[in-house]
Amino acid sequence: MDKPIIEINGLSKKYQLGEREPYYSLRDEITRILKFKRPTKSREDFWALKDINLSIKQGEAIGIIGRNGAGKSTLLKVLSQITPPTTGTITMRGRVASLLEVGTGFHPELTGRENIFLNGAILGMGRKEIKRNFDSIVDFAEMGQFIDTPVKRYSSGMYVRLAFAVAAHLEPEILIVDEVLAVGDAAFQKKSLGKMEDIGKQGRTVIFVSHNMTSIQALCKKGVWLDKGRIVEIGDMSTLVANYIEHTVNNPNAHGGDNGPLVIKDVCLKNSAGHKTTDYRPGDDLTVEIHYNAREKVVYPSFWIAVTSHYGPMFMASMLYDGSTPTHLQGKGIITCTFPKMPLLPGLYGLQMGVRAQDISEDIVPTREIGLFNIIGDMKDAGFAGANADQMLGNSTKLVIPYQWSLPNGEPRRFQIRSRTIK
Amino acid sequence: MKNNSNEHIIRPPKGLVDIDLPEIWRFRELLYVFAWRDIKVRYKQTFVGVAWAIFQPFITMVIFTVIFGRLAKVPSEGAPYPIFVYSGLLFWNYFSGALTAASDCLVANESIVKKVYFPRLLLPVSTAVTPLIDFAFAFLILVGMMIYYHFTPSLLGVVMIPVLLLISLVASSGLGLFLAAVNAKFRDVRYVLPFSIQILMYVTPVIYPVSIIPPKYQWLIFLNPMTGVINCARSLLLHTGAMDWTQFLISTAVGFGLLILGVTYFRKTERFFADIL
Repeated sequence: MDKPIIEINGLSKKYQLGEREPYYSLRDEITRILKFKRPTKSREDFWALKDINLSIKQGEAIGIIGRNGAGKSTLLKVLSQITPPTTGTITMRGRVASLLEVGTGFHPELTGRENIFLNGAILGMGRKEIKRNFDSIVDFAEMGQFIDTPVKRYSSGMYVRLAFAVAAHLEPEILIVDEVLAVGDAAFQKKSLGKMEDIGKQGRTVIFVSHNMTSIQALCKKGVWLDKGRIVEIGDMSTLVANYIEHTVNNPNAHGGDNGPLVIKDVCLKNSAGHKTTDYRPGDDLTVEIHYNAREKVVYPSFWIAVTSHYGPMFMASMLYDGSTPTHLQGKGIITCTFPKMPLLPGLYGLQMGVRAQDISEDIVPTREIGLFNIIGDMKDAGFAGANADQMLGNSTKLVIPYQWSLPNGEPRRFQIRSRTIK
Repeated sequence: MKNNSNEHIIRPPKGLVDIDLPEIWRFRELLYVFAWRDIKVRYKQTFVGVAWAIFQPFITMVIFTVIFGRLAKVPSEGAPYPIFVYSGLLFWNYFSGALTAASDCLVANESIVKKVYFPRLLLPVSTAVTPLIDFAFAFLILVGMMIYYHFTPSLLGVVMIPVLLLISLVASSGLGLFLAAVNAKFRDVRYVLPFSIQILMYVTPVIYPVSIIPPKYQWLIFLNPMTGVINCARSLLLHTGAMDWTQFLISTAVGFGLLILGVTYFRKTERFFADIL
């Protein structure tokens, strides 16, 4: 197929802010008319998308990144025909299935089995198709005996596994996915990601939105960076991610949270020698240096930093856990956090941070990606000399804490990631 | 591989959009699924369940017979009051049940409307099915009563029953579509509707016959599509009087008019449901 499978031309989407009130009541409308009020012309026009031009070829996996409110979900909604464009046209040359939420349409009173048919049909699968895939769906979800229990009795983990299992068996030509992979436990997330990768390999076109920089890089070669409804950049995913992170970290007004009293001015990653770098070896120390500016006095800000991979958070440092929250911060300063001898095998990792308020349900600085770093080297460097070690690395957990085997014959064998840091 | 029939262009909405029947046919399985879901959910974990479809009109008939038939002595055109009122209740219950379900269907399915594409018409249409099942059970009671009171319906009467049901469906769907679209934006509908349906019952000849209205005002009540239905049912099944077909046709025409109004308004606002729900 020579023509692009999706062609977006001059797409814009406008919302009128007045209409975003949660409820409109006839009584209010009538009262307004009776009082001779003009319909509030001061309704701001909010352009959720402006002048989007994009061409996607069949089989491409495109990642869409951007801050919250950049228009990513709106773009997906327009592509899924859930909301109409205000201007522009979109030409789709293939069957589309959208995954904007997990478990769409699940009814708590129905059993897992019944919900598979319900959800599958809602997502666009025909009855025969669902029947054909039924066993595979149940296996993927690891549901087994619970399939005939009403969904309202499921744990949240089971619910999500089932929902994703159905969605994972969609076979459209174009698949649109919105951050649904951030669900379930680590093992399941890994499975989900694997399935998404398979779909990509099958030659289907995938459009993917996520905040997880590492997973989006794993899935997509090409990316689109949206900001305030416009395209900032289209291009190679890794370059895009690097630019995006640099932009959001260095731009004080970039996040909603940065209009607040505590502004994160810069975050740098340093190794044990104090050099700024994004390349580390297994077992190295990692220091995260946070340059902040507390424009007003900020009380009890609890910082947390998480190291993430493909599948989500791996480990973290949290003042909420350890109680080292400062009583207050004022003015400019630096907070550093060192993770000594990181137990990570070679690969690409991300960092997230946030700052919670004294009321732990509120954020002083909302969760944000602050960078990526590489652990480089091969398994031997890390202290693992197994014959298939390097091959297995792609498919297995990258976090390794010290452990020991006791075999029927011989001495116990201890292993941990070898650290070369000179102390 | 792909051919041109898969090509699909998304544009800003313009003008009146007509019903895309081929699309609805393509999505027909989803229609069955919605109806199936509603039926399943209705009867899960219920004790009375199916029996409710019989109890409710039956008990209502008993109470109405005592109050309106015996105490208030409302005339019943020659037929015993119980069967007179029940014949009205049968169709009325279908209408009010279907109307209530249809007008709420968008709000009740808010989450899927906001996340998945499908022709939205499928939702209100699917809500017409469960009341049909209730009708079927309630109809059995009517048959029982006709046997008990020794009524034989005319052949025309038997043939007309599905027709009358169809008109009730048309009227309730039309009004239901309109209200569903209005409800998406103005949530008052959910609160105003139950009250309105109660009032509507009193302007429909359920409890009383059309004949108690002075002839020169009768045309007013025939503007209600259910009047035609109920009056016809009584005339043909219970032989309560000759059928005035003109009046019946006026009533039916209003019903179809409501359908056209409902579908048009629904289609016009359909594209924005996900935004305003």
